[in-house]
Amino acid sequence: MSRAPLSRACLAMLRRDLVLAWRRRSDIAMPVLYSLIVTMLFPFALGPEDTLLQRIAAGVILVTVLLAMLLALDAIFASDIEDGSLEQLMLAPQPLALMLGMKILAHWLTTALPLIVITPLLATMLHLPAAIIPVLLLALLLVTPLISLFGAVLVALTAGTRRSGMLLALMLLPLCVPALIFAAGAVAAAQQGLPWLAPISWLAALLVLAVVLAPLACAAALRIALDS
Amino acid sequence: MTTAHAAVPLLEARALSFYRQDEPVFAPLDFQLHAGELALVEGDNGSGKTTLLRMLAGLLHVAAGELHWRGKPLQRDACAGEILFLGHQLGLKTDLSPRENLRVAAGLHGCREGATPAGVLAGIGLGGYEDEPVRRLSAGQKKRAALARLQLLPATLWLLDEPYANLDRRGIAVVNELLQTHTSHGGAALVTSHGSMSFHGGEPRHIRMHA
Repeated sequence: MSRAPLSRACLAMLRRDLVLAWRRRSDIAMPVLYSLIVTMLFPFALGPEDTLLQRIAAGVILVTVLLAMLLALDAIFASDIEDGSLEQLMLAPQPLALMLGMKILAHWLTTALPLIVITPLLATMLHLPAAIIPVLLLALLLVTPLISLFGAVLVALTAGTRRSGMLLALMLLPLCVPALIFAAGAVAAAQQGLPWLAPISWLAALLVLAVVLAPLACAAALRIALDS
Repeated sequence: MTTAHAAVPLLEARALSFYRQDEPVFAPLDFQLHAGELALVEGDNGSGKTTLLRMLAGLLHVAAGELHWRGKPLQRDACAGEILFLGHQLGLKTDLSPRENLRVAAGLHGCREGATPAGVLAGIGLGGYEDEPVRRLSAGQKKRAALARLQLLPATLWLLDEPYANLDRRGIAVVNELLQTHTSHGGAALVTSHGSMSFHGGEPRHIRMHA
């Protein structure tokens, strides 16, 4: 008998979730199309005035990405709870927090990364100057994993309840306010030609904290959710 | 050496019970399970068979009483990977094929020596269906795909909740064979079932559940 090494277990989890996402790739396209359409609505509603759109561009994109991620977040553990995969994962001789961390990583790769990839397109649609786009991308690279991690904890906490979608939104959105302020602050500073590293560093610090703590909280919450 | 080893039960429950909203789900249970033994958990619907198995697996907390593993108070870290649980929910991803499902399980648990996903699937009667998505399989075939885990993964104690459900006569025979090989190699199993079970390897121990 040979106990499975940790690295292979992590890889197996990550691969499983990526393959599953690929088999349902239309689900990956949904948040992307959603954010594309929402961003497109703003110039229609506010008029095609360059200066106005430029000023709100970063905020619009950040909020749109946040809402698009919220759409997909609900599904992160739902199917695993339904088909019993989560039970099996809990009983596997591997640290549950790390395995859930892999699940969150796979979720981020399949929902947030496509959104980040189309961000330059969204930014151009709103006339954001090309020089600012790298700062926006950097902010998104830090904010989106934060949303995934916070969201995963909340999904785990609401796992036992029915119709948790709305509850999830009500709990997650206020939690994202600090991250949103720092990200928008960084882009606004860059637009005014001011140093923008400080808010980005704050985001990075938050992310480091969340990467360590969120999977542990997820594991504890899911154990409680199944223990009834 | 064998007698000394056999004297210490693999799993021992003392006055074990579980409460749901302060109501006991089943009356306090005492039983011992030695290596090489098979125990049949019997009881009516709602008598707490599944609850007992989920508690032994570690999914539910031990509400009252004690559990001992190899003579010592049971600690989940110590026996992780030694207990394999198969519940009503089969734990199969329906978008993956049986082979891919097994590969994930092997990645998490490790493999028995000499066992391969392909060989195990052929043995359980799923030859030719290895690469079919599980959602296209029949209920019995899904059950077989889940049971294939038993043969692939290393574990000492099997906790099987209704392993015979949905299986045809051939499938039932396969499960009995699996159980017999497992117990003859020093493994133990706890099985719940409404239906009659024809186990060839001697009379199984019976655990009766009372609500």
